Amino acid sequence: MNREERLKRQARIRNFSIIAHIDHGKSTLADRILEKTNALTSREMKDQLLDSMDLERERGITIKLNSVQLKYKATDGEIYTFHLIDTPGHVDFTYEVSRSLAACEGAILVVDAAQGIEAQTLANVYLALDNDLEILPIINKIDLPSADPERVRNEIEEVIGLDASEAVLTSAKAGIGIEDILEQVVEKVPAPTGDPDAPLKALIFDSLYDAYRGVVAYIRVVEGTVKVGDKVRMMATGKEFEVTEVGVFTPKSTPLDELSVGDVGFLTAAIKNVGDTRVGDTITNAKNGATEPLPGYRKLNPMVYCGLYPIDSAKFNDLREALEKLELNDSALQFEPETSQALGFGFRCGFLGLLHMEIIQERIEREFKIDLITTAPSVIYDVVMTDGTEMKVDNPSDMPDAQKIDRVEEPYVKATMMAPNDYVGAIMELCQQKRGNFIDMQYMDETRVNITYEIPLSEIVYDFFDQLKSNTKGYASFDYELIGYRPSKLVKMDILLNAEKVDALSFIVHRDFAYERGKVIVEKLKELIPRQQFEVPIQAAVGQKIIARSTIKAMRKNVLAKCYGGDISRKRKLLEKQKEGKKRMKQVGSVEVPQEAFMAVLKMDDTNTKK
Amino acid sequence: MMNAAYIHIPFCEHICHYCDFNKVFLKGQPVDEYLEYLDKEIELTLRNTESQKFNTIFIGGGTPTALNEKQLDKLLKTINNYLPAAKDYEYTFEANPGDLSYEKLSLLHDAGVNRLSLGVQTFNDELLKRIGRVHRAKDVFQSVDAAKKAGFENISIDLIYSLPGQTIDDFKETLSTSFTLDIQHYSGYSLIIEPKTVFYNLMRKGKLPTPGEDVEAAMYELLMEEMDKRGYQQYEISNFAKQGYESKHNLTYWNNEWYYGFGAGAHGYVNGYRTSNHGPLKKYMEPIKSGDLPILDKHKTTIKEQMEEEMFLGLRKINGVSISHFKEKFNDDPLRLFGDEIQAHMNNHLLKVDGDEIKLTRKGCLLGNEVFQSFIK
Repeated sequence: MNREERLKRQARIRNFSIIAHIDHGKSTLADRILEKTNALTSREMKDQLLDSMDLERERGITIKLNSVQLKYKATDGEIYTFHLIDTPGHVDFTYEVSRSLAACEGAILVVDAAQGIEAQTLANVYLALDNDLEILPIINKIDLPSADPERVRNEIEEVIGLDASEAVLTSAKAGIGIEDILEQVVEKVPAPTGDPDAPLKALIFDSLYDAYRGVVAYIRVVEGTVKVGDKVRMMATGKEFEVTEVGVFTPKSTPLDELSVGDVGFLTAAIKNVGDTRVGDTITNAKNGATEPLPGYRKLNPMVYCGLYPIDSAKFNDLREALEKLELNDSALQFEPETSQALGFGFRCGFLGLLHMEIIQERIEREFKIDLITTAPSVIYDVVMTDGTEMKVDNPSDMPDAQKIDRVEEPYVKATMMAPNDYVGAIMELCQQKRGNFIDMQYMDETRVNITYEIPLSEIVYDFFDQLKSNTKGYASFDYELIGYRPSKLVKMDILLNAEKVDALSFIVHRDFAYERGKVIVEKLKELIPRQQFEVPIQAAVGQKIIARSTIKAMRKNVLAKCYGGDISRKRKLLEKQKEGKKRMKQVGSVEVPQEAFMAVLKMDDTNTKK
Repeated sequence: MMNAAYIHIPFCEHICHYCDFNKVFLKGQPVDEYLEYLDKEIELTLRNTESQKFNTIFIGGGTPTALNEKQLDKLLKTINNYLPAAKDYEYTFEANPGDLSYEKLSLLHDAGVNRLSLGVQTFNDELLKRIGRVHRAKDVFQSVDAAKKAGFENISIDLIYSLPGQTIDDFKETLSTSFTLDIQHYSGYSLIIEPKTVFYNLMRKGKLPTPGEDVEAAMYELLMEEMDKRGYQQYEISNFAKQGYESKHNLTYWNNEWYYGFGAGAHGYVNGYRTSNHGPLKKYMEPIKSGDLPILDKHKTTIKEQMEEEMFLGLRKINGVSISHFKEKFNDDPLRLFGDEIQAHMNNHLLKVDGDEIKLTRKGCLLGNEVFQSFIK
């Protein structure tokens, strides 16, 4: 292709994302757009096509990003090339959202015609505005009986300040309004600017590892052109590679000769390590490359840490391999080996958030068939010692003795919650319980309130979101951002089983809550740990002081006292099942402890709220 | 070597809330046809074997005594035809108190049946109602009287404890009432909630108030004590008998010996093969029509499995596993094969080695599964 052709083509490219609060219908809209542009035969059409990982479908969320190239014949008679870039819908992945938005010129903002603007909607809109995107608001689910599109239209104008007069009224589910949306994309989303002959600048907005091709980088070309055989350089890491393949997703992976300005597709270059293609990094030519990278790159730092241990200690190496494979696909995942007296050899792993953690854990168990013990998540504490030295603690069992500590600081977040005003009381109560400081409350309209609190991150990573949902019957939405470290009166709580300290059960708690939490956790553990052949005392201690205790009674009877006729196979199966159940428990000292017990600290609040 | 046969009669007039055995409502079922095919199955199975005499025959269900007299007669003839009795044979019929007329009992006795096993479960009429039984306590007395009159000298009853709503005192009363029957054998089972039963569904809805592990254990201990006091020796986890009245048939299971299993859903173990028959009547009868055995599943046990089973079945007996018998049978030493497991359980006071016998301690009887499962590798 020559310069002329490239520029002509470039003028008919439209790159956009869909942003929405979870459940407002983003995936359904994406499916309808794919249908309308005939990207797929109906046979290939599966619901929610862009979410391709099993786990994503099950949970109804997007984890890995996808982009797809579509051809659309507009009413002006021209054929346009669309790139639709999917964004993850969860706060754990805000940075990925911002990078995929940076690959676009426009964004379709989906707002639910009944629910209106939610906390995540706002968060995503601000991200889109940060990236100078043209935002096309649409009001979805207008076929719902509770839909009130005019109220929502006003809300978009008043709360966000966007002109919503042309917002398309749509129902993605029923296929209403889809063509109007596509026409607006053509009309309103600007064509990519940039010089196809300039030095290459391509933004990496995601990557995944393919066993045959190595790392597949998802890129948006901002300046220049990239072809197979080109030598390229990653500007953040400085690593150089030779391009082996470029192409687009239609949504099938389709190789092309080149990608030029405005194209969104993939690039492979026999890259072995996903760490070499960091999200947000810029790819340029190895020789005579760009001098300045695209803005916005930052290295992602985990916010939440936990220990992962194989139940079967012989699987330590398998677990290492599993983590290494997942890391290929997930540069935000961090891990390093650690040892626990109770659990043996395992890994301390860092995650972007609790959801990220759950996903990794589930993938290890499902895809690699390794049964895991996960210790309760912890944030990173800054500890200042009496001798003035400082240390970072991401594992509660590493917390030094109280006498040696001058002070402990913990990370705080600014939490934004939006809900109907009926639930203001419930939200404030929850936030107080979670050691939150009230910052602000604003009425968005007569019935909806936006509440801001500063809350320790450690409280958020437990079950804050679940509780918020249950206390507000699902109406509240939630978003948070890290705002820094603050001193707190924190102490380490140790748990003793059968008089032995179990390091993996230690956790950090605010001094004022220690007694109450101690009581709750020993009761919870009593529920979760099955009876053993002997009595097992459970104690909670702060320092040397026991603050709560409970006892698991000894097992009294476990014998099959039933006649199964001559069905010996059934007896055998029953015994095998019992034995299998034991294998899924971890021997801690002389006590067999099930997986769930190590997460007991997370479950404490269920008991609280049930009171 | 014992020769043993189990025959399954899968018909019931009522279905109990806890029962998950292969059974159907009697009404409208092709009972006569079933008995024809059962006859054929036995004939087919034994056709190419050397003629043999049977030491134990056990007719279970379902409810074998739900058959009418004509049908019973047919069944008894089949058995007499193909399963000739050895000297000192044991020939058991399971029966429900309530459907045992003197006539039926005489018919059985005349045909050589010499042992009855009655599904009594409890003497508390309220509890009987709750678990879906239709007989009442008084029926038990009548049935036992009639059985004795008809000539039966070996009568066993089944009791179930840990029933929903049952207290220790209830169970105590059931035991002391039962001792007035003056019978030879008891089986005492704890209620197990199995899937596909009324109780299972109730449990899932949280509507089944079972007494819990502590009460269940106390009931089991009470059972063992009371039986001991009354001169019934415990010879297996759940079984108690006057001297010489131990069930030979059930001992073949625990001794890990061969037995035939005939009828829908029956299980057999012959020449190292464990078999199970089709359960649904249609599926059971169809292959026999064309001269095939109604086998759903056939598994050749490996030596390893046989040795494991020798242990976990044998340890159910109070006399446990005989080391010399094990050595003779498998040419290997159980103390060598399972040394670590046995030692660990001895340390926890669950097992003991007593001369030639490896056996459960009293504590081990209560925690048998903890022991048994360790022999499965």
